[in-house]
Amino acid sequence: MAMNTVMCLLTDAEGTPLGSAMYIPHNAGHLQLTNLVNTFLNNEEKLSYSFYVSDEELLVSVGTYMERNSVSVENVLKIVYRQQAVFRIRPVYRCSQTISDVHEGEILCVSFSPDGKQLASGSGDTTVRLWDLNTETPMFTCKGHKEHVLAVAWSPDAKCLVSGDRDGKVCCWDPSKGELQGNALSGHKKWICGIAWEPAHLSYPSRRFVTCGKDGDARIWDFTLKRTLIVLSGHTRAVTCVKWSGDGTIYTGSQDSTIRMWEITQQGQGILKHILKDHAGWVNSLSLSTEYVLRTGAFDHTRQVTCSDEEMKKIALERYIKAKGKVDSPERLVSGSDDFTIILWEPSVSLQPKQKMVTTARLTGHQQLVNHVYFSPNGQWIASASFDKSVKLWDGVTGKFITAFRGHANCVYQISWSPDSRMLLSCSKDSTLKVWEIGTKKLKHDLPGHEDEVYAVDWSPDGEKVASGGADKALKLWRG
Amino acid sequence: MPQGDYIDLHQKRHGRRLDYEERKRKKEARQVHKRSKQAQNSIGIKGKMIAKKNYAEKAQMKKTLKMHEESSSRRKTDEDVQEGAVPAYLLDRENTSRAKVLSNTIKQKRKEKAGKWEVPLPKVRPVAEDEMFRVIRSGKRKTKQWKRMVTKATFVGPGFTRKPPKYERFIRPSGLRFTKAHVTHPELRCTFCLEIIGIKKNPNGPMYTSLGVMTRGTIIEVNVSELGLVTPAGKVVWGKYAQVTNNPENDGCINAVLLV
Repeated sequence: MAMNTVMCLLTDAEGTPLGSAMYIPHNAGHLQLTNLVNTFLNNEEKLSYSFYVSDEELLVSVGTYMERNSVSVENVLKIVYRQQAVFRIRPVYRCSQTISDVHEGEILCVSFSPDGKQLASGSGDTTVRLWDLNTETPMFTCKGHKEHVLAVAWSPDAKCLVSGDRDGKVCCWDPSKGELQGNALSGHKKWICGIAWEPAHLSYPSRRFVTCGKDGDARIWDFTLKRTLIVLSGHTRAVTCVKWSGDGTIYTGSQDSTIRMWEITQQGQGILKHILKDHAGWVNSLSLSTEYVLRTGAFDHTRQVTCSDEEMKKIALERYIKAKGKVDSPERLVSGSDDFTIILWEPSVSLQPKQKMVTTARLTGHQQLVNHVYFSPNGQWIASASFDKSVKLWDGVTGKFITAFRGHANCVYQISWSPDSRMLLSCSKDSTLKVWEIGTKKLKHDLPGHEDEVYAVDWSPDGEKVASGGADKALKLWRG
Repeated sequence: MPQGDYIDLHQKRHGRRLDYEERKRKKEARQVHKRSKQAQNSIGIKGKMIAKKNYAEKAQMKKTLKMHEESSSRRKTDEDVQEGAVPAYLLDRENTSRAKVLSNTIKQKRKEKAGKWEVPLPKVRPVAEDEMFRVIRSGKRKTKQWKRMVTKATFVGPGFTRKPPKYERFIRPSGLRFTKAHVTHPELRCTFCLEIIGIKKNPNGPMYTSLGVMTRGTIIEVNVSELGLVTPAGKVVWGKYAQVTNNPENDGCINAVLLV
């Protein structure tokens, strides 16, 4: 009997063991291990898991693995289990609609609303357009900007849309009618690089958002009052990205190669908490491990109908806590920079009253600047897009390198995850989009068709559609 | 022209006529009509000169009037929106101006079929055979003259092996063999050093094409995977045609322009 069993220890992603080491039969495969984990965790529903042994996925039965890698039977085999999303998203492979003559300028940013019902795109012809996803035709044209629209962001309750342009003006829109609310808000002196909303579980309905610009400031605005509340200045050069985290901290990354952490006090003042100085070049992109959940708020892939405000806030809070992992485990931050490296930050464990972020890992390997980093929706992986034509996948907790996806013929600009974290989409200067599968670590589908560089891509939160736009002024919608 | 000051002296001593101001005023008023009559009735070169002078004066006057009209109060300016919108992450980066939609393989295939090409150098000076080849004498008494040596730049390809020297009719010296060409993209206006894949056509004749001789005006195929071009179907373009623009045997290098 001893010959046919293997001693295994099941641990979760952070290292805590599930039960003690036990004997598992030789031919135990994926199904049996899943049943084991489900029973141990007393799950009511059978959730699906994926298993990893020393960072490689376990696809065959335990016995075969031991033989192949000639692991001694006397050692305890550590198997790490990770929960996979319960739902599966169909991979997109065909272009269902190409809308070419509507936008008169290059499409610079696209964004699906958190409930997946609407799509907004900002372009070089100074308009923001809202699209009807059922018929895949344009719905509203929002005019109000005088310069190229560089950034567009939906509030987590899907009721407000904000866009920023090259003049530094911010416009607030009512997405149900496509009308400009108020006037274009001025405040920034140069163009706007990024917009982030306050998370839904901190305030519902959403009111505050923060914008960052080339002038080095970040401004917090109130949507209903239509004015600037707080100006966060301090960066010496352009602020390229801003993120509002679930615990209320605002992170801003800048071309002066620092990242600043800001907090809003009870009196409504913005104070600088800490400066993170480890990069050697421009910080191009920031991502939080809970970013996807903060963006979608209380909506998930099932597109539930709305309830009252308090309930939505509660649902958003539950989703946020689930995405973080355990209740007191912190949010991780990852930043990609011009110095070809990516740094994974974690709040330091020391007992300082002000939590500062410490570098957990420096992820090197890219041969050109890193343009975009993005945590997967379940926080387990980090994907990075770089101008060296590759997309690299890293472990979201330890920062270890997993694999590189090569296939693009020119710089990769932006990436987007599918809501179940099983697929990754990248858009590039070579005018193609590529869908990569995380499980097999290979290219799943190649989506050519754009005639010029693709600048922006987004996967809808319900996983049904993908929208992409670029320099050829055409918006393409893809589906599975 | 008065050549003394007697006029002024008289004016000082006796003053002017009593109706001097009146007459002056009226005369000046008549000048306008006189001037216009002159301008209308002059013919020939004189008329043209008057017309030119009047036109210059009119233009100048219009400009000054417009300048005065501009008020110092600020107005809403509708500036035209600039061309070439790029997203925020590319705004601070200097990108080389991109050539617009690069030609696709379908167009190339059609052109190939028709055998017609729009090339930058449609006509080149024909090269005579005695300029292209040099006679090599061989044999014990050096009387046999059937061997020829190519005097122009050639391309042989990576897997090239010479024929046995006894039977070799055309000698391509290794000093004149080239593998790389300096290819200029006509729209991007930058030059890349790209590997040659093969010779497509030499305008001087099919024999030279098969020998691999590169003279001015030859169409060659180069490896463009460096440029990162992709067809609309999603395939990566790795070979493109280029035309040689210099005389490689004189310069020691091959300069070509890419055919897009």
